[in-house]
Amino acid sequence: MVKIHERKFVSVDPDKCVGCQVCEYICAWTKEKAFNPLKSRIRVVRLNPLVNVSLTCRRCEDPPCVAACPRDALKQSEEDGTILVDEDKCNGCGWCIEACDYGAIMLHPDRKVVFVCDLCKDKPDGPQCVKWCPEEALDVVTPDVLAQKSRISATKKLLVEAMKVTPTS
Amino acid sequence: MKRRVLYRYLNILKEDPTESNEMEENTLYGYAGRILYVDLTTGKTYTEPLNEDYAKKYIGGIGLGMRLWLDNSKPGVDPFSPENPLVLTTGPTSGTIWPTGGNGHVFVAKSPQTFGISESKSHGSFGAELKRAGYDAVIFKGKAEKPVYVWIDDDSVQILDASHLWGKSPQETEDIIKEELGDFYVRVAAIGPAGEKLVRIACIINEKSRAAGRTGLGAVMGSKNLKAIAVRGTRDVGVAKPDEFLEFVKEFHERMKGPATKKYRTLGTPENVLVHNALHCMPTRNYNNAHFEGAEKVSGELLNERYVAKIIGCSSCAMRCEHVCVVREGPYKGAMARVEYEPLWAMGPYCGVDRLDAIIKGSEICNYYGIDSISAGVIVGFAMDCYENGILTQKEMDGIEAKFGNHEALVKLLEKIGKREGIGDILAEGVKIAAEKIGKGAEKLAQHIKGVEVTGYDIRCLKTAALGFAVSFRGADHNRHGAYALDIKGKYNRLTYEKGRAKAVKDLEDIYTIIDSLIICKFSRGTYYKEIEDLAKVYSLVTGIETTPDEMRRKGERINNLARVINVREGLGRKDDTLPYKVMNYPVPDEGPSKGAYVKQEELNLMLDDYYEVRGWTRDGVPTPEKLKELGMEDMIPIVEAKIKKA
Repeated sequence: MVKIHERKFVSVDPDKCVGCQVCEYICAWTKEKAFNPLKSRIRVVRLNPLVNVSLTCRRCEDPPCVAACPRDALKQSEEDGTILVDEDKCNGCGWCIEACDYGAIMLHPDRKVVFVCDLCKDKPDGPQCVKWCPEEALDVVTPDVLAQKSRISATKKLLVEAMKVTPTS
Repeated sequence: MKRRVLYRYLNILKEDPTESNEMEENTLYGYAGRILYVDLTTGKTYTEPLNEDYAKKYIGGIGLGMRLWLDNSKPGVDPFSPENPLVLTTGPTSGTIWPTGGNGHVFVAKSPQTFGISESKSHGSFGAELKRAGYDAVIFKGKAEKPVYVWIDDDSVQILDASHLWGKSPQETEDIIKEELGDFYVRVAAIGPAGEKLVRIACIINEKSRAAGRTGLGAVMGSKNLKAIAVRGTRDVGVAKPDEFLEFVKEFHERMKGPATKKYRTLGTPENVLVHNALHCMPTRNYNNAHFEGAEKVSGELLNERYVAKIIGCSSCAMRCEHVCVVREGPYKGAMARVEYEPLWAMGPYCGVDRLDAIIKGSEICNYYGIDSISAGVIVGFAMDCYENGILTQKEMDGIEAKFGNHEALVKLLEKIGKREGIGDILAEGVKIAAEKIGKGAEKLAQHIKGVEVTGYDIRCLKTAALGFAVSFRGADHNRHGAYALDIKGKYNRLTYEKGRAKAVKDLEDIYTIIDSLIICKFSRGTYYKEIEDLAKVYSLVTGIETTPDEMRRKGERINNLARVINVREGLGRKDDTLPYKVMNYPVPDEGPSKGAYVKQEELNLMLDDYYEVRGWTRDGVPTPEKLKELGMEDMIPIVEAKIKKA
């Protein structure tokens, strides 16, 4: 079983994400040799101009997608936590999609089976979305690193607030 | 005419049985290979293969759009007639990861402002979606009996009832359509109440805040009872040389982190406020001044410090520029809009208004009603000038005290224009027609070229730009040439004009038509270090059509000639290549670097003679048959011959 502290996944900094979809394009290209965001394992959501995030698989401990699959088509790699899809067993029923809190596991538009981020395991330089993100908004993190980053950015905000002279208008 | 087929998508190939034998050797990347026709009168929709000759000659975007408009229209058509087709196009880079290029789309039609050919572009994600749905162009013909919207879902095209959307803003329309189609990722381009009411400055807004803004094409859409276009595309988009292409993309990602885009990534275009003001080339209070004493209060610096909440980007962009501003307190609390220099200038200095919160509110109102925020601001400035000169009384202004600098008047007048309410009904015609209706000398206060309101460059003291503005085929516009940069950066003496400068304007125009036909973002133009050479390379890598820089330049020139030929057909000529009254009759009064500057008639004559000569056009500004032959546009010779003979 992958140790929870070593579990890595791609995380987005919502303050930096601008919703440009470069991650979607490069993911679909890397995995499918097509420019088609529908084939991307990472997806951008812009609910409002001010709120942009890209979401992908977080490789949960006891992943609900695996638990939800009625055909045992999904399992989690013990080595690194990747969700592995047995495409012969998957019939695209969508129980895993319903189980995932992040919309990170999706039905493939052509192959009619589910697909999910594998952190570009075939790429020596790691996830291509992270490499290509123009805003450096994406990062491969462990939960510990993520917590650290959050602590630092929260403290930084306090620092900025402390230094700021309140504008009057 | 022989139509050769250039299918990119194999699944389309199966569905369309026409001309199957030529496909293999004619695979052309970067194009979907199909044109969709939507006849709103009959409710029929059908596709035709893209004409390969057109694709090669006119690239896509505005070039292809104008060529298709020409084929589908008759001379002298009224802009609001069902016979004025509205053409929507994508470009070869749309749908790819090309930085800023992946996301654009263009609308083309005869403009209700210029009565000539016009185009208006927008970015976001809509264009990419349309390309993935498998169309290089969509041609909306006729007029629907009642309000409709068109739902393009890959191959399925439906004309759906929009009576419940009539009267709604583009933003509300988008939400309702997404809800009823049950798909969050549907992309929507819609008109607001202004487009429905044929406000001549109505725009077409996609993704809530992005506008195909200028020249009133939203009113053309409204004249067709077409409320919105919703698109969902699921196909792959490929390019001819993917490995080299991606290398080039990566290089441009790096370039976009560099100095060429710094302005857009940091302060944004509002940086211009203090720059233009220092040079005394910022039209202020409807061209009564070229310098605004309140500039510090509406500067890009202050905007960023107080109001910019987030900078976001379009699909596939690696630079992002969209400064989303939020008003957090005061009378306009809660207003949110993207702000760029031009609308800021139009609703700010041009109206004498020195409050950023009012300008943000004004932008929000423009987005809500779906009007071009540049023209809207200029119209309000014009109305204020009329008021101050006693041409319009407070009573005629519906009780509004429309003095320069009154931000409340600005907000009220924008609303009235959007609704065509009271005085707004006249102002909604744009300054040219409004002035004709108002009379009493209002014409002298109407600052427009070919019926389109001026933009934020005082062309009394930017004389290279003045030529670019005068000859722009879609009316007063900085975006057809960008010649202001030559003046502002000091390449030429901006206060004088001498023969020979037209060459520089022509070269810029030819680059700009290429940019708008590939549909890449003009904010990224500085990253094309080798200009035409880089543009030709992108085009070659995407389409697989090996194109030299010279050939690319010819495409740019051809597209400008095409626009001119259409305008000649529609009756425009030298008389329309002119400058606003104040630019030619009212010297800059402000003490400072531009004092006394204006453009004399002789100077304008010199500019036009110089320009037409460089273009290879007649002294009346008509492209000669020889020029058209040289550019491979023989099919258009009869149009110009008729005009030349008449003259």
